[in-house]
Amino acid sequence: MGMTMTQKILAAHAGLESVKAGQLIMANLDMVLGNDITSPVAINEFEKNGFDRVFDKDKISLVMDHFAPNKDIKAAQQCKQCRTFAKCFSITNYYDVGDMGIEHALLPEKGLVGPGECIIGADSHTCTYGALGAFSTGVGSTDMAAGMATGKAWFKVPSAIKFVLKGKLAPKVSGKDVILHIIGKIGVDGALYRSMEFVGEGLKSLSMDDRLCMANMAIEAGAKNGIFEVDDITLAYVKGRVNREFTVYSADSDAEYDEVIEIDLSSIRPTVACPHLPENTKPASELTDIVPDQVVIGSCTNGRLSDMKAAAEIMQGKHIAKGVRCIVIPATQQIYKDCIKLGYIDTFIDAGCVVSTPTCGPCLGGYMGILAEDEIAVATTNRNFVGRMGHITSKIYLASPEVAAATAIAGRICDPTEL
Amino acid sequence: MNANGYVHKYGDNVDTDVIIPARYLNTADHKELASHCMEDIDKEFVKKVKEGDIIVGGANFGCGSSREHAPIAIKNSGVSCVIAKTFARIFFRNSINIGLAILECPEASERIENGDSVSIDFDTGVITNMTKGETYQAEPFPEFIKEIIRSDGLLNSIRKR
Repeated sequence: MGMTMTQKILAAHAGLESVKAGQLIMANLDMVLGNDITSPVAINEFEKNGFDRVFDKDKISLVMDHFAPNKDIKAAQQCKQCRTFAKCFSITNYYDVGDMGIEHALLPEKGLVGPGECIIGADSHTCTYGALGAFSTGVGSTDMAAGMATGKAWFKVPSAIKFVLKGKLAPKVSGKDVILHIIGKIGVDGALYRSMEFVGEGLKSLSMDDRLCMANMAIEAGAKNGIFEVDDITLAYVKGRVNREFTVYSADSDAEYDEVIEIDLSSIRPTVACPHLPENTKPASELTDIVPDQVVIGSCTNGRLSDMKAAAEIMQGKHIAKGVRCIVIPATQQIYKDCIKLGYIDTFIDAGCVVSTPTCGPCLGGYMGILAEDEIAVATTNRNFVGRMGHITSKIYLASPEVAAATAIAGRICDPTEL
Repeated sequence: MNANGYVHKYGDNVDTDVIIPARYLNTADHKELASHCMEDIDKEFVKKVKEGDIIVGGANFGCGSSREHAPIAIKNSGVSCVIAKTFARIFFRNSINIGLAILECPEASERIENGDSVSIDFDTGVITNMTKGETYQAEPFPEFIKEIIRSDGLLNSIRKR
């Protein structure tokens, strides 16, 4: 029986000829990632258990992004603990204030993850790198500690759902709308324990930023990983970034899938997920009576350059509505610099937005835009759970950068295709 | 291996943000995390919970973030086991890795009510509801998982080997 893309990568990393769904394997890791929240727990475990070396100082990434620049004394202590650990073990890929960015935007940008690789990260959105044709999944801090020590992790080989993409996205519709549409269709546990594999001629109309956004939210459907077939767009992206050999895997023609779902990209409209689950989706055009207090444009889901471009094009020469606070957060230093060079930052500030240094900040209710009682946010982030961005009675509507920018201007949820 | 206690019951999709809100993730201290356990879904939980108590949830328990702080908070609040219809995969993995017992059992998840007195035999996977006089069958843990839980976590069990 044939294997899926995910199964092929896992087999190769376990040194096996083939694997099948349900099989328990021990796989070699190409990268182990942690951030300023999950790494301290992993470092405590690493030290408590008396490990005195890391498996490979070049294959560990520590990114200070969640509560950094330090939001308070305790957050500062956590970053300090990571910094000390990184220094002690000469961790090559340690990113602190000044060169850090949001981890899932930073690692692909720096070429630290590539096609065919096997990656774990102590952050649920580690599934983002599936956009590059990698097997990449979120784990906890204990797995991270064991991974740093041994370079290995155990996995149960997942079965998969195949998404066959057709057609072409309409203008002002992006990857975020596609993934929200899919989660709305299959539910927040629709892909539980499984892979989501994206293939088909529709890939041609999805940029790398669209794909990174879609793979990023595979976890919001419960998936173990999301993965895209590697094509010319992927290869053009990794060229000059991934300066090491990599292998491109595609699924066998007789690979077995639990389900095959066809998605016609041309039929997808700007989509919004209503409180308090990412599966509560509705067309933006049906939510025009929702008046936000805050709009957030950024995060590991939508803080990349094309997200900034999409928002800037909508805000160009306009001003955001009275009563709306709009926070824009480019995801990495490079994206921030590109935004300055291309004039997007001027556009945002002239429109009445505030622009922040890269940080996860408000997405998880850390800082830099916390919501008060009963407040409403429209955000390009990934979760709209109860209390996620602040007070437990606050509400979050998840949307694309296009919808978020149009909403900030209109002062109510707005379908950008109707502008 | 056995567990015994009173049940705290919740619905579907209990996410890691309500189990331990991110505003408390500026610490890795187990006791401090436990003092905010379930705060955004049940403010009274930390006052009510007693050593050995059991949490019962619906589908997709523990969805969302990979924060190991969530099972750590639950375990250190005194909870002996979480039973759910299904678990989100990272939460499932993290719970086992830190030595928190968890069982998938759709029937138990449906039948057990808040406040019921429940005992669990991990060797057989039998869950007994003393209040209702019913039993439910969960898949028992394989030996290596039992060993991880007995050793109080994955790393301890690796070190023991």
